[in-house]
Order: sequence, then structure tokens, then C-alpha cells
Amino acid sequence: MNDWIEIGALNDIPRRGARCVMTPQGKIAVFRTMEDQVFAIDDHCPHKGGPLSQGIVHGASVTCPLHNWVISFETGKALGADEGSVKTIAIKRDGERIFALLERTAVAAE
Amino acid sequence: MEAPEKKQKLVIIGNGMAPGRALEHLFELAPDAYDVTIFNAEPRVNYDRIMLSPVLSGEKAFEEIIIHGDGWYIKHGIMLYKGHKVVNIDRVAKTVTSDAGTTEPYDKLLIATGSLPFILPVPGNNLPGVLTYRDLDDVRAMLLAAQSRAKAIVIGGGLLGLEAAAGLKSRDMDVTVLHVMPTLMERQLDPAAGYLLEKAVEARGIKVLTKASTKEIIGEKKVEGVLLADGTVLPADLVVMAVGIRPSGSLAKEAGLECNRGIVTDAGMRTSDPDIFAIGECAEVGGQCYGLVAPLYEMARVVAAQLAGNSEAAFVHSETPTKLKVTGINLFSVGDLGEGDDRQEIVLRDASAGVYKRLVLKDDRIIGTVLYGETSDGAWFHDLTKKRTDISEMRETLIFGQSYQGGSPLDPMAAVAALPDDAEICGCNGICKGKITGAITGKGLTSLDDVRAHTKASASCGSCTGLVEQLLSLTLGDSYNPSAVTPMCSCTDLGHDDVRRLIKAKSLKSIPAVMQELEWKTSCGCAKCRPALNYYLVSDWPDEYADDYQSRFINERVHANIQKDGTYSVVPRMWGGMTSSKELRAIADVVDKFEIPAVKVTGGQRIDMLGIKKEDLPAVWADLGKAGFVSGQAYAKGLRTVKTCVGTDWCRFGTQDSTGLGIRIEKFMWGSWTPAKLKMAVSGCPRNCAEATCKDIGIICVDSGFEIHFAGAAGLDIKGTEVLGLVHTEDEALEHVVALAQMYREQGRYLERIYKWAKRVGLDEIRRQIMGDADKRKGYFDRFVFSQKFAQVDPWSERVSGVDKHEFQPMATIAYQQAAE
Repeated sequence: MNDWIEIGALNDIPRRGARCVMTPQGKIAVFRTMEDQVFAIDDHCPHKGGPLSQGIVHGASVTCPLHNWVISFETGKALGADEGSVKTIAIKRDGERIFALLERTAVAAE
Repeated sequence: MEAPEKKQKLVIIGNGMAPGRALEHLFELAPDAYDVTIFNAEPRVNYDRIMLSPVLSGEKAFEEIIIHGDGWYIKHGIMLYKGHKVVNIDRVAKTVTSDAGTTEPYDKLLIATGSLPFILPVPGNNLPGVLTYRDLDDVRAMLLAAQSRAKAIVIGGGLLGLEAAAGLKSRDMDVTVLHVMPTLMERQLDPAAGYLLEKAVEARGIKVLTKASTKEIIGEKKVEGVLLADGTVLPADLVVMAVGIRPSGSLAKEAGLECNRGIVTDAGMRTSDPDIFAIGECAEVGGQCYGLVAPLYEMARVVAAQLAGNSEAAFVHSETPTKLKVTGINLFSVGDLGEGDDRQEIVLRDASAGVYKRLVLKDDRIIGTVLYGETSDGAWFHDLTKKRTDISEMRETLIFGQSYQGGSPLDPMAAVAALPDDAEICGCNGICKGKITGAITGKGLTSLDDVRAHTKASASCGSCTGLVEQLLSLTLGDSYNPSAVTPMCSCTDLGHDDVRRLIKAKSLKSIPAVMQELEWKTSCGCAKCRPALNYYLVSDWPDEYADDYQSRFINERVHANIQKDGTYSVVPRMWGGMTSSKELRAIADVVDKFEIPAVKVTGGQRIDMLGIKKEDLPAVWADLGKAGFVSGQAYAKGLRTVKTCVGTDWCRFGTQDSTGLGIRIEKFMWGSWTPAKLKMAVSGCPRNCAEATCKDIGIICVDSGFEIHFAGAAGLDIKGTEVLGLVHTEDEALEHVVALAQMYREQGRYLERIYKWAKRVGLDEIRRQIMGDADKRKGYFDRFVFSQKFAQVDPWSERVSGVDKHEFQPMATIAYQQAAE
């Protein structure tokens, strides 16, 4: 079962940048676009596992720092000629506060 | 074919655009008829004078506006006397003599002495700081004056004056234009368009004073200001006179040729002496002198035909449209704009779009056109005028342009397709549509440059480039690829060089400003263009631009090198490859403390610690910093390492202190960003143990001094270095190396290593600027030193002190035992 869990505030993330969140399901990368939209995806490039959170953010996508795959935040899919996808994590915002839809069982285990 | 000794001797006085064009025609028509000698008062080859304004504004370099390089003269066996001013024509002996004492005989003489700028006959007009705007020397003088960023006054609100004002403004001067008439460019524009032009000029921060009559230029030893007839005094450090030109005919007059306003010629461009011709701005044909390039090229065509034996060739007067070459201001004007009882006019104004169009009609025909803001129909209107087309049928919609006629779609392509074959496309060169499309299909042309080379269309002022490109795509269909330059990335159609030039020319000082002004196609770029733009801005505005970390590759953001598993490697600087027990001990302690899995000696004589977790980076740096280490920037598109050998300190062959010089260079240059990584080396003797001859920049010490090398490669490509030159002292070596690096910093495309850049701009050009031109070298050196004030900040200590701390910590850890990382 999933639940909305607060993971931080908008200003914790630089515009066109990312921060990581450690979760029981692994590391997720939370991105903030130029227009202050927030997205979260697995921090793990479908190509060779590069840390997407370390890439350059442009539009609603990120370029992986290892081999320049471009991953869309909205779909988690690789753009252009490359094929592959990562898991996207739903995000909602309440003003400055950011919530991610994460598995409740993990939280309950605390 | 005639035997060479029977060739006639053609002497040309002047080396501007008209005689250059005449020779091109002549070599086509009669390649073996003449031995050609040219006397040029300017010490250089033939260049495109109408492109001086883009040179002044910084949108083009002089090298880009050369029409005929030295090779062209050699190829055609032309004797070119550069910097020779002809002082005498002896019509009896048929010789000319230059101020340097050279005398050449002629069979045919062509006078193309051009024109002189008109100097207002007011007191003070000869003070230092009063310039004209005529040739490259004037442009250089203005650029020099512009460095002071002080006040400039341009007298004259015509084409040249406004272009000069825009150029000086883009060089950051405080510019005022004085114009004696009530509106700008009154000879070509009606008052309404003149008013719009004035607003547009003022919107660029240039002050305009109309009805301003200059009474005196004031100043003691140099220009200090301008006194107007109404008593106003305007302070100025530079005054540019652009009030008109007068034909330069004194030489001809002294030789007894018939002169009026210019040198009088018949329609065949022949003067009162049958063996002497005159063309260009100095010539007066049919009672008129000309200043625009199109009629001058027509004269060139005629005189070439005459010289080739066609006595029928004759000059025909035609109206030439005026266009202003100021980026962002579109205007077009041609024909008779006067009002009268026998005339009618059609006017369209769109104030919000800044558009004004006016057609002057007489007897249902267009006799004059002014377009401001939206000029794409200029060619069509001009064509209707030239053909004297009766427009009564389309009068209702005429002003909306060609695409509104006959129900054809509103598509610029369709508009060009609809033009008749004899419609003029290139006004400067008088090239019509049929000639261009004919050349494209007939000669298999595929690019804009091809069309320029074969037809001259768009090769002068360039304002018809869009039309020519449309003709290329119409004729070739999909096989035409309009971008002769490779765009930076898919976010723009501009290439790296255009972007770099425009950043300077338009004073763009942030990534959003670049994207807005240069019409980026994406909202915030991509991983290709953003790092490139960030570098260009850091390089061009070191003191003003705020480095954009989010546009840097991760390595440059965290000052370490990302590895395949997402960990990082850290390389501290070891100046010139020298280290000590204290440094080595500190490294050993760090390796133990952070359980760093691998330690390796690099090819650049330093030590690499691999496999460090990102979260540990600040603590690793803090410990290294305590031992005196700074970042080795082994990740940077910037100065990496200066490899050295032990030189005279230890080596029995060493000729100089190569280690000391290497350390000195590294300490001087560390922290500087460059287009791509920059690796250097200093070897103490030609045995070259530091492998300096495959580096970006290398120095080989020899007994007599320091041989500077550059443009080597030992990566994807392997290439030995080229020699820049030999200098005698360590100080000189440093200055030359730094100047070379700065030249590369200013011109290189992002990710372009120095050897690729050097191949592109030419080794000789680099040697000329760095070895041969002390002022240039000093300029580069000074700009490098200035930018280092902002660049030499150790990123590690900055991070340790807390800058961008968030980079290294997760934003949240969802507390849960198994999740702990």
C-alpha cells in the first residue's frame, strides 16, 4: 500500500537541479525544473545504472552523467534513439512542502 | 592565343570593390589579354567595404570580409603594390609614379580612386579624436577609442553615420548622433519612416539630436566636445564625421582629364583620354556619381567588357534600394518618395508591430517604396517599379505584399516561387532569380557558399541571404541543407562561432539572456548547449557573469571525477609534479581514513584516489586542504597539469630550470577555464622527458632559450606539436604561453581541443598574433590576468566552508532500517 510521505521542501532543491532521497526501495532522485515543477524517478539510469541525480537538468528531462542518455521525468522513458525506462514516483506539493507516494509497508516497519 | 610578350599592360590605381570586380570579369572574358599592376594606397588586399559596420560592431572579423586574399593576386600574376599612393600620371610617356618612387608604364590605365569623406569646414575639424568612417584604419581607430568607453558623437544621421553609431554603441560607448535635418536619412526615407527609425535608434540607447548644426569642434590638444549653432555644448572624447563623401578626382584633374564632380566618363567608362578609364565612386557617368555598390559593380562589368574589346558595352542608370545594416532594424527604400498633385500613395501603419509601409504611385505605377519593420516584399515592389507594372487591378491589397495577390497562400516560399525569372534578388550585384536558379541546376550547386562563389548573389551586404536560401530549397527540394554551419545543438540553428560573436556583440551576460536574444528553441537548453554557453559567458565576462553550476557537468560541479559506479576520484594539485613526504603522508592518511579502495599515479604526474563516495568528498577535501593541497582540477575543461622534467636542478643534460618554469606556469594559470581540457609540459632539453611535444602547449628548453610548442594531441588523435616560436627569457615564455591560451579561450568552440582550433584558424595566424604582434599579445595576456582574479578560488576549500553543501547530502532518508545507506 502506498502513502504520501513528506520528503522535503521546494527550496531544498536548486532550480534545474536534483536531490536524492533514500527509501527502502532504493535511492530516488527528486528534480526541480526551471518552472518549479518537481518530479521523482529512480536514481538509476536504465543504460548502465548511472546516477541520474547528478546529470544536467533541461526542460522536463535529465542527461545521465555517464553516457548522455536523456531520461524524461514525465514518463521515465529514454528520449531519442535510446530505449529503456526507469520507475517514476508520484509527487504532490502542498505549497513549499513536497510529498512522494512511497510504499506504506516500508514506513510501517519503522 | 596571343603570345605572352604581346600582352598589354593594364595599370589600376586603387584596389577597392569596383576594380576587384572588374578584374574578375576581365579574367573571365579575356584571361590572357593583360599584365595587371595595381597600386593600392591602403596597405592590404581587397575587402568588402560595405561590411565594415559588422566589423565595427564585432559581428564579423576583418578576415571574414576579405574578397581577394593574397593568393588570388598570385594566381592571376597581378603585381600588387600595397601602401603605394600614386602621385603622378604622365599621359605622354604613359606611366604612373607612386609616392614610394615606383614608376610603371601602361597601355591602359584604370582609375578607381574612390572617394574621400567630406569634412565639415568648421574650426577644430583637424583635432586628434576627429575621425571619418571610410576604411579599415578608421574602424581600427574607432575601436581603439571605444576602449575608453567614453562619449562619442557621430555627426551625420545617414546610412554610414547610423551604422557607425550602432557599432560604437555595441562597443559600450555613450553615443550621440547629430543630424542637421529634421529626420534621419531624409534622402532615403520619408518623415514617418525617419521618425520610426529615430525611435528604434534611441531604443538602443543612442541619443539623437535632429536639426543640430555643428558650429565648432572644441578642444585644446584633442577633442573635448562639439559646439552647436544654438550654443549647446556637448562633451565628447571622439567625434566621427559621416556627413557624406566626395569623389576623389584630384589625381585625374592634375593629369588634365576632364573632371566635374567626379572624373567624367562616357557610357563605356572611358575618360577624356581614350586609354584611361575610371570606375567606382570617383567616376561621373551620365552626369551622376554613385556611392552604392550595385551601380559600381555595373561600372566594373562595363569596363571589363570594354577592356576585353567590346566597345558596345554601356552603363545604364538604375535605382538601387537602400538598406541599413544595423542588426534588428529593417528598412528598405527605393525610388522617388516626393509628394505631388500627380501622385497618390498607399500607407500601412501598424504601430504595435512597429511596421510602416508606403508606396508612392503615379499613373497606376509604383515609383517609390519605403518599408520599415517588415521589408520582405521590398524586392517585389522594386520589381513592379522596374517593369512599370500597372497595379490598378491589385491596388486594394497591394500594400499587403505579394502573398496577398491572386489568392496565393501566405507562405514566404510561395512568394519567392511566384517571382518571375528576371526579378532582382541581389541588389548589390544585380543578380536576378533566373541566373541563380540557372546556376544551381546548371552547375550542380548545393550550398549558399556555392551560389555566392558562382553568381555573387548575397556575397556583398548579405541582406538577400534569406531569399537565396529559399531559392536553393525551391530548386533542390529536400536535398538542400541550409545550415552550412553545424548548429551547436538542436536547441538553436546557430553555430558555436555565431553564438560566441553575438554574446560579445549584443553584450549578453546570462544564459537566459542568450536564449532569449538568440531565439533558442527550447525553454532551458540541453546538456550540450548549456555547458558551452556557461563557458562562453565565464570566458567573455569574467567579472560580471555568475557561473551557473546547474549548467556544469557533474565533475565540475563537485570537483571530482565521476566513475562508472557513481563514486568519485580525487586528484590534488602537485605543482609541476613535485611533492614531499608531508604531502604523501597526508594522502596516505586520507586513503586510510576514508577506506579509499584505489590509489594511482596519473599520466600528468599526480596521485589519483579512486572510489570515494560522494558524501565523503567534503571531508576528504578538508583533510587534504589541511596539508596544503588544492584541487588538481583533473575534471575541468580548464588547465589540468603542467608536466615537467627535473631540468638543471638535477639533470646533466638540462639547459634551463624546466621544473621551476613548469611550477611558475601552473601557479599562474591554475583555475582558468578553457574550451576543452588544457594539458601542458616543460622539458629541460630536446630529449624531451616531459613529452612536451604531444601536449596542448609544451615548452622545450634549449641553450638559447625556450621553444614554445602547441597543438599537439595524444588521445583519440595522435599528433606532434607545431612550433610557435623561440623566446629567450622565462618571462617571455610565460607571456607567450599565457597569451596563446587566452587567444584559444576567446576563440575556441566548447570541447574543441587546441589542435583542432589551431587547424581551424590557421597556424600562421596564431603565430602572427602571438609572436609577431606585441600589442595583441599584451592584450591577450592582460585579459587572462584579469580573468584570473575571479577564477583562482580553490573549489575544495569553498565547498569545505559550506558552499553548495546540499550537493553532498541526501535531502531525506526515509527512516527504516534496511534503507540506511
